[in-house]
Amino acid sequence: MSTTWMIVLIVGAATVALKGLAPVLLGDRELPAPVARVNGALAPALLAALVAVQTVGDGASLTLDPRIAGVAAAVVALLLRAPLLVVLIASAGVAAAVNALA
Amino acid sequence: MAAGARDVAPIAFAALVIGVSYGILARDAGMGVVAPIVMSLTTFAGSAQMAAATVMQDGGAVAAAVTAAILLNLRYVAIGVSVAPSLRGRRARRLAEAQLATDESWAISQDSGRVNRERLLGAGLVLLVAWTVGTIAGVFGGSALGDPATYGFDAMFPALFLALLVGQLGDGRARAAALAGALIALILTPVAPPGVPIIAAAAGALIALKPPKEATP
Repeated sequence: MSTTWMIVLIVGAATVALKGLAPVLLGDRELPAPVARVNGALAPALLAALVAVQTVGDGASLTLDPRIAGVAAAVVALLLRAPLLVVLIASAGVAAAVNALA
Repeated sequence: MAAGARDVAPIAFAALVIGVSYGILARDAGMGVVAPIVMSLTTFAGSAQMAAATVMQDGGAVAAAVTAAILLNLRYVAIGVSVAPSLRGRRARRLAEAQLATDESWAISQDSGRVNRERLLGAGLVLLVAWTVGTIAGVFGGSALGDPATYGFDAMFPALFLALLVGQLGDGRARAAALAGALIALILTPVAPPGVPIIAAAAGALIALKPPKEATP
């Protein structure tokens, strides 16, 4: 088997297992109240981490590049209550413009 | 399910575009045409697929590519815990439904601290199609487009997650969890392997262990 297919197979199987682990083992039982509260706070914690890492992360280092300008444009668009599609296009457009100027 | 599918339309546009950039990257990394498409259908997790392709392009070992991708996907254990109470049916069905949980489908299916199953599945299906179609376009037509950064596509994902995050900041605990998550991820990025900072950021949610103010005498 080629290395490519080995990676596709192993990563695919691992991801299926990681995603399915809790739903298969826990079933649909309700979580105890403190765990449910932590569960509800997972979304903001993980989303904020994704925003941070994908804005200034570059492998194992932090960097400032045109993505910052794109995300700043998204912040402005969100403050103006723009629809999501406008937010996304604004972020890509501004990042592309800064990338072209830099 | 229809509501999840409708609300996810702008996100599907983003997934389509990032799918194209993944297809380009994977083809350039020597993964061929079929393997990246199969990977989009089965792994269905953008950051892990990007990371695996990047390691291959840099001439890294299979173990390095697999490790990077799996570390990035460890957060799906936490996401799995979050969706578990909302899924239905036997184990095989729950396993299948859980595959439609992605960062994006999970985020938009949040409904007062719980996951709305219908929205999760509707959004997940639309995203799977968009992501795979994007990948196909990328592997076949990508070389004509060039570097995704030229178009600012690399800024679109953090912008997307930011927009999803804004909808989650209803109460003080959520805001504190978000702040803690972002700080943990930023502090760990220079010192931990890629993927670890994101899963460690889940610890930011522990702030919610403290009971809400109304509940304390």
